[in-house]
Amino acid sequence: MATIVVDVMLKPEILDPQGQAVGAALPRLGFTFAKSVRQGKRFEIEIDGEVTPAQLAEVSKAAETLLANPVIETFTVRVEN
Amino acid sequence: MALDTVAIAEKTPNQEQPFAALGLKNDEYQRIREILGRRPSSSELAMYSVMWSEHCSYKSSKVHLKQFGEKAPHSDALLVGIGENAGVVDVGQGYAVTFKIESHNHPSFIEPYQGAATGIGGIVRDILTMGARPIAVMDPLRFGRADAPDTRRVLPGIVAGIGGYGNCLGLPNIGGEILFDETYAGNPLVNALCVGVMRHDQIKLAKASGPGNLVVLFGAKTGGDGIGGVSVLASETFGSTGPAKRPSVQVGDPFTEKVLIECSLEIFAEDLVVGIQDLGGAGLSCATSELASGGSGGMQVALDTVPLRDPSLSPEEILMSESQERMCAIVEPGKIARFLEICKKWDVTVTVIGEVTDGDRLIITWHGEVIVDVPPRTVAHEGPVYNRPFSEPAYIARANAQVLDLPMPDESEIAAAIVKLMSSPNMADKSWVTSQFDKYVQGNTIQSQPEDSGMVRIDEKTHLGVAISTDANAPWSYLNPYEGAKLALAEAARNIATAGAKPLAVTNCLNFGSPEDPGVMWQFAETVRGLADGCLEMGLPVTGGNVSFYNQTGDVAILPTPVIGVLGVIQDVRSRTPMSFDRAGIDLYLLGETFADFAGSQWAYMHEQRGGQSPQADLQREMRLIELLLECQKLFVAAHDLSQGGLAATLSEMVLRNGIGAQIQLTQDLATALFSETPGRVVVAIDPKNSVALQEMSQKYQIVLTKIGVTGGESLTINNAVISLTALGDAFMSTFPKLFG
Repeated sequence: MATIVVDVMLKPEILDPQGQAVGAALPRLGFTFAKSVRQGKRFEIEIDGEVTPAQLAEVSKAAETLLANPVIETFTVRVEN
Repeated sequence: MALDTVAIAEKTPNQEQPFAALGLKNDEYQRIREILGRRPSSSELAMYSVMWSEHCSYKSSKVHLKQFGEKAPHSDALLVGIGENAGVVDVGQGYAVTFKIESHNHPSFIEPYQGAATGIGGIVRDILTMGARPIAVMDPLRFGRADAPDTRRVLPGIVAGIGGYGNCLGLPNIGGEILFDETYAGNPLVNALCVGVMRHDQIKLAKASGPGNLVVLFGAKTGGDGIGGVSVLASETFGSTGPAKRPSVQVGDPFTEKVLIECSLEIFAEDLVVGIQDLGGAGLSCATSELASGGSGGMQVALDTVPLRDPSLSPEEILMSESQERMCAIVEPGKIARFLEICKKWDVTVTVIGEVTDGDRLIITWHGEVIVDVPPRTVAHEGPVYNRPFSEPAYIARANAQVLDLPMPDESEIAAAIVKLMSSPNMADKSWVTSQFDKYVQGNTIQSQPEDSGMVRIDEKTHLGVAISTDANAPWSYLNPYEGAKLALAEAARNIATAGAKPLAVTNCLNFGSPEDPGVMWQFAETVRGLADGCLEMGLPVTGGNVSFYNQTGDVAILPTPVIGVLGVIQDVRSRTPMSFDRAGIDLYLLGETFADFAGSQWAYMHEQRGGQSPQADLQREMRLIELLLECQKLFVAAHDLSQGGLAATLSEMVLRNGIGAQIQLTQDLATALFSETPGRVVVAIDPKNSVALQEMSQKYQIVLTKIGVTGGESLTINNAVISLTALGDAFMSTFPKLFG
């Protein structure tokens, strides 16, 4: 069994209100390390057996169609064992 | 890219500049060089290109739109007319109301959720900018065929975007329209209307006067949102250039906007601003040049002081950025401390970026170097004006000559025909959409969809209220744009009069194809002429509006779609008339006559026929009908306009609203009586004891009155045809969930 991870982030030029809210909340709680925060989302997709290149390509296609909105987001696909 | 300053521009007159890529024509670029007496710096080029785009400069429409001023009827109600961010209307008791519609069509096609959401954000800021508290929004929408795959992508996204932004702001969405036609495939129309209320003495204008006064930017930080969005998105037709070349989408944050609204209203209440402007299309380029141009003309801005979300932005990009939730105010130095304090209280980022000068130049610097030095009027108000050629397109004669060949169901077929009509996407129940919008937040909504108009209370003690309806009949405008505009105006006015509100003023959002096509330009010219003539005849001033051109995919333009919004006032919202009856045993009357007006009707659309001749608007009769509706309001238990779908649709909507049936007797040919869309008709429900009074009124106002039936029962029965409310309701309610659920 393997896990394919898809990380989705807003493109750098796109406004991220959630990340901003987290960034503003950190110093209020005493955490002063952050210059800025951007928030994304992560999908963990479990499959049976070893991951084939064809499966990865299919996941990429699904990410482009459903998991991410390519107009405003970027994504990466990788395998985690 | 190295910084291009005015000094460098003077020294390098022959440097090539990418004006064409920015949407400027060669002669426009030459004109900029003439105005400046040198080549523009790259920042100046960015400003001119975005401000001289069709979207900002109205360069193709200006010559026609001036009719709204020339033919303006005298109106005591108009406090602020065309030219400001939105018009302002006196509604009595010291209240002023401001309302406006804008389009956000192209951005909503590219990224439906954010496009529609920022459309709401933009129109709400326009209303706020006038000094008013926004109190409600409405959304007229049009999509490609309901069963087309792309409609399934854009419609849910757009609806969610409108709901997401509007609901977070706490603004009720009180109505609009949703219609489908294949010409909108690839070019959905997302129009957004906002209405706001203030006291007379709170009106604010966009002008920067008083040398020494400070230019203050407040709200969200500036990022790379929609750079070039205005000029590229709104001025060029979608064609072969793929998504990769499209500029980045603006993303809104309704919670920032909500804070900005409250912060601005507190600033207004303490009278801390001389002038104010929101940052929408063309961002800082637009706000600085319009404020300076509206005042004495001189302004100096240090662009490097603008707070940035993305520090890598170049000055050109900062000038063009369309980051949302930003405002620009002109503040006297003595009041700045309090201004900053209020912004701090609301946690709103605020920066003094410049000051008003006694010169007549807008000068923008970047770390001390002058990058823009222009006469602001040439940027904001004296852009190019085109008298584009227009001529009647060939299709008009062809379409008008066409004889419709439609099935005319008889009594045995009429029940099935009505069920089919009411389940068609254009006629079907829209609550799948409107239930995603908060209709009642703030607690002042009196009525909203599916009623004829949206109505909100503006004073909780006196119960003064305003009603608004937005309407367009694109199939009629396609056949006859002059009459189509008048008919849409009449319908919108009628839709607020049925509830008991007196029409006061008009706004419009004119959605058309490419103005470079003489046929489209003719549709536009005829529409404006019709609307201006209609407003003059009905005594309703146009308070402002918006033009959206280039709504086409390849060579196919959308149907000409002038969306007309009419606002009216009702003295006591508790007396309003609903669209449907709440009890059995009362009489139903039809006001107005029915002729065989099938051209442009839903019945014709369902049978894929676009031809024929649109009805002629009889505005004198429409005005008599409106007066009758207002004078007889106390007699009515219910009143409902007839429009798309004719009497069949009106009766179906009435019986289904409260689940009380009706027995109808019609003497005319059934198909004509039920499916014709002759304008200027209303069904009213009255207690039988008031029938004499209604007859007297119909004679006084010379409106034909016909008794058509009584209320009651579990069915809509027409002569001997029985349609059970269950069957009709199932057909009516299930279409949208089936398509989009």
